[in-house]
Amino acid sequence: MTRVVVVGNGMAGSRVVEELRARDLQRALDICVLGAETFPAYNRILLSSVLAGKVTVGDIALTPEAWYEQNDVQLELGVTVARIDRTARVVIASDGRTFGYDELVLATGSRPRVPTVPGFTDPGGDLAAGVSVFRTVGDCERIIAGSASAAHAIVVGGGLLGLEAARGLAGRGVAVTVLHKAGHLMEKQIDDLAGGVLVRTLARLGVDVRLRGVPIRYDTAGAERFIVLADGQHLPADIVVIAAGVEPDVCLARDSGLDVNRAIVVDDRMRTSDPHVWAIGECAEHRGTVYGLVAPAWEHAAVVANALTGAGGASYAGSAIVTRLKASNVDLATMGDAHLEDDETAEVVRFVDPVRGTYKKLVIRDGRLTGAILLGENATVGAVTQLFDRGGPVPSDRITLLFPGRGAATTVENPAHIPDRATVCRCNNVSKRAITKCWLAGARTVAAVAGVTRATTGCGGCRDLVAGIVDWMAAADPDEQPDVPALVTLAVS
Amino acid sequence: MTATATHCPYCALQCGMTLERVDDRIAITPRDFPTNRGGLCQKGWTSADLLSSPERLTTPLMRQTRAAPLLPVTWDEALDRVAADVRRLQAESGPDSIAVFGGGGLTNEKSYALGKFARVALRTSKIDYNGRFCMSSAAAAGNKAFGVDRGLPFPVTDIGTAHAILLVGSNVAETMPPFVQHLADAQRSGGALIVADPRRTPTAQSAAVHLQLTPGTDLALALGLLHLAMTDGYVDKEYIADRTTGFDDVWRRAVTWWPERVERVTGVPVEQMREAVRLLGSAERAMILTARGAEQQSKGTDTVSGFINLALALGLPGRPGSGYGCLTGQGNGQGGREHGQKADQLPGYRKIDDPAAREHVAGVWGIDASELPGAGVSAYELLDSLGTVDGPRALLVFGSNVVVSAPNARRVDERLAALDLLVVADLVLSETAARADVVLPVAQWAEEDGTMTNLEGRVLRRNKAFEPPPGVRTDLEVLSGLADRFGCGEKFPADPAAVFAELRRASAGGIADYAGVTWERAASTGGVFWPCPDESHPGTPRLFRESFPTPDGRARFVEVEHRPVAEDIDQDYPLYLTTGRVLAHYQSGAQTRRVRALVDASPEPFVEAHPELALRYGLHEGDAVRVTSRRGTAEGVLRVTETIRTDTLFMPFHWSGAGRANSVTSDALDPTSKMPEFKICAVRLEAVPAEAVQHDVAVS
Repeated sequence: MTRVVVVGNGMAGSRVVEELRARDLQRALDICVLGAETFPAYNRILLSSVLAGKVTVGDIALTPEAWYEQNDVQLELGVTVARIDRTARVVIASDGRTFGYDELVLATGSRPRVPTVPGFTDPGGDLAAGVSVFRTVGDCERIIAGSASAAHAIVVGGGLLGLEAARGLAGRGVAVTVLHKAGHLMEKQIDDLAGGVLVRTLARLGVDVRLRGVPIRYDTAGAERFIVLADGQHLPADIVVIAAGVEPDVCLARDSGLDVNRAIVVDDRMRTSDPHVWAIGECAEHRGTVYGLVAPAWEHAAVVANALTGAGGASYAGSAIVTRLKASNVDLATMGDAHLEDDETAEVVRFVDPVRGTYKKLVIRDGRLTGAILLGENATVGAVTQLFDRGGPVPSDRITLLFPGRGAATTVENPAHIPDRATVCRCNNVSKRAITKCWLAGARTVAAVAGVTRATTGCGGCRDLVAGIVDWMAAADPDEQPDVPALVTLAVS
Repeated sequence: MTATATHCPYCALQCGMTLERVDDRIAITPRDFPTNRGGLCQKGWTSADLLSSPERLTTPLMRQTRAAPLLPVTWDEALDRVAADVRRLQAESGPDSIAVFGGGGLTNEKSYALGKFARVALRTSKIDYNGRFCMSSAAAAGNKAFGVDRGLPFPVTDIGTAHAILLVGSNVAETMPPFVQHLADAQRSGGALIVADPRRTPTAQSAAVHLQLTPGTDLALALGLLHLAMTDGYVDKEYIADRTTGFDDVWRRAVTWWPERVERVTGVPVEQMREAVRLLGSAERAMILTARGAEQQSKGTDTVSGFINLALALGLPGRPGSGYGCLTGQGNGQGGREHGQKADQLPGYRKIDDPAAREHVAGVWGIDASELPGAGVSAYELLDSLGTVDGPRALLVFGSNVVVSAPNARRVDERLAALDLLVVADLVLSETAARADVVLPVAQWAEEDGTMTNLEGRVLRRNKAFEPPPGVRTDLEVLSGLADRFGCGEKFPADPAAVFAELRRASAGGIADYAGVTWERAASTGGVFWPCPDESHPGTPRLFRESFPTPDGRARFVEVEHRPVAEDIDQDYPLYLTTGRVLAHYQSGAQTRRVRALVDASPEPFVEAHPELALRYGLHEGDAVRVTSRRGTAEGVLRVTETIRTDTLFMPFHWSGAGRANSVTSDALDPTSKMPEFKICAVRLEAVPAEAVQHDVAVS
């Protein structure tokens, strides 16, 4: 029996365990997963929803402990790994326990980067009171607890996570200021124009953004806590949330002598420089890229599960990245080389409406969509994302990717504008021409038209339209005296 | 001649109508029945045309050998031939060498008699029916969740009282037009209609929100909507605690389907999903209805379970004016799946492998339970096995045109050709009948009495208005005549009232209990909703008010996970094909393609494509085009429309020959319901070369 040890029980680690069991129906693998947190695996994506108060911590569990029992997987929570002995193929925990392996999967993720700012940490190196990072359930609970009595919050970092945190805190009624050191928000994913629109959108939602806002001190000495900026400004800060980026957690890998660049270097099967050690998710570096999102991590998990169970499957060629900001009332999608501007090889299509908070940009090369930013009104985001993912040809009429077509849903107010051949009654296949002919032959009411053509006798949805045509005919031809009894003509006129 | 009150021969709405002979023609007048309230679509208005069609078969036909032509014979010659061949084949290859294929358009009595005929007269396990291509996924999911499968667990008129309605994969404006009145009722009083469909159909055009999803991603959408219901605070936790089991396992799946992930899979923008959930979740009365779009997939059962899970999470089933329902397609799609045409079923929606059910039904049938065969195989598996080494050598078809309606139809052609004996009972020479060794001309709806169970589970009476033409027999007479030749004619009365009386006894105590529905009550205004266990019972218009018919009385959440379609698009086959119906035609078109007005309305097979796609392929409106999959090709006239996704083609499946969409469709089956994946396969599109077009014209 092959013994697989997975280090890390986050979204990548828990996923690879499920993927392994799904392929290993004979239970030929002996699987053990080690998690540093004491909480069972949960959906980290939803922490911003927890922070926003939409769901509870209990709601976001991914894999309950019972699943591990049912599936005969050894789950060890609250275990920190101290080192790996690759020669003996043993993982040694900080409490001295050892876990032997035949195959080792590292899913150690990332750890938040904490800027060196006086006041952010206490003398012991721990985060100071009122200061949190935003990575785990524990962090989230700490922020929520702090926000209960907070009037002002500062979020350090205007990237994806920082903005989600800011939006969540604003939703809790806390005045939020985002400090972002770069010249525009989410500078890795969007261009400066989009960044500008985003600032306005956030302002409407109660989130103040300070670009090039660099904190130099967190002052908690007095009755009021505040952040001091490099330009000397003082901002009230009952709580501080640090979302200033993450660093792949590669200590174990580095200490055990695996090849590590920015993260653990893996091949197209997610194998590290040791053939019995694999790395997935945020701690892995594939062809020079380190991915910080869930979708690629889950692709990695599937690739490793295929490899370890001999299930075959394609090797990993990298992931197309679509970033979606998950914050209520801020709709932002960005993908590919969204920064690109017009040049000889690329065509950029753009629509900007800063007042309404809309910014749309498409980057097209060789007839394919290679990047996009969609902010604000976003009805085409699904079509754009799928086009990007599939590498399909871009429509010749680019505008259809920016604004949804109306399909065939046209409302005709004036019966005169309906083409003669157009179907008025779908249920009984009656055209406008058939109705006008019927009117000319003497049918002067909807009921009379229905009696002859059966228009309106199916779902009845065309009744108003038929009535409109009957009225229009009467108005258009008031003098014509068709072959009908005089009494009826009198009654009509 | 007096007027006869009856119902339309086509779909499961079973619109009320009156038939009357006026001079030498038959006048149809719509009736104010709850389902249609005086409305009829063009199919209904013209339904009498077929009664006097010159294409009616009025004499049995038979061919002496496979190569010989079909020639008129007497009924005795035809039935004797069938009986002799069946006996010979069963002597050589055992009882299961004979297979029976039924239909969802057959009356309850015929469905019942056909199932009994297979098991009692032929002793074969090999029976299934075309409802497998229609209702099986919704049926399986309904049974899992609620312990019962009744399409709508409430009268259709309740729909008009809902404040929000989600229709998934349903184009009722074309497939069931008078039904739209109920949606319009809801909309008039401020209710919101939400439609999930890859096409912007006339139904979708009338919706407040149209979720134009990628074909085959309905299950991901269901998971995403459930996810949003939870995160946006619309989940009814009290209802979940009081009336259901299994939510935690379902949520554990849905928690991984956050809306942005679902958007990437389905192509439906997050904000649209959120709006749909808001409308459903904040409505006091809300309904979720599925149809073939969601169900005709290789994960159709799980997809329906996904939407039932959403309905349960919102606390809808059993709440007034709320709930989950499926829109049954065929005229007797409901009754046809309850009384033993299905491979694994006995009357009353009993399971054939349940010893108590076998005892009960065997008792009614006057045989020993040990004589009853076990479960057979599903429709496509049955067709796929015909004429193979261990497969059936003869097939008896009633009320179905499998050559046109089954998936991967070229394979079906091939298997039918490999049979020793093909017997088809039909009113016209359908494409399937044309391939038969023996063709039996049978009566149609207005020429015989019977009961139907419509999409609401309402048992109603069809009444005989006219005598069938001379030479034509009813299906029940055919079965009776055949049973005579197998020595058990006394067990197969030809009188529908007598068969119904027996059906009531056979269904008594079952899930679909008709015991209290008398022949007369079924004819009364409004019919009777099952279950109706005794004659004093008023029937059950609304299910689940107090509890669910599960062992613990609770509805069951069913854990489901999204999975890709069986055949995704790739470089060689870069487009999705989805199939469906048009207003003027019904199913395989055997009937409607023989009605002049309907042919005028919709004369030929067509292929819908987006203008962008047409442009890219250099094709124009009206061009003859060919759609090709790994299984076959189908041709049609190109219709360019913005109502379809740019990655998807649509073809209706009503035609045969070169225009047969099912030559292209996939035979990947749902593991539970065995529903084929009609709705999605990968194809390529091209123009039909000019010489080929001319050739076709010359031939026709």
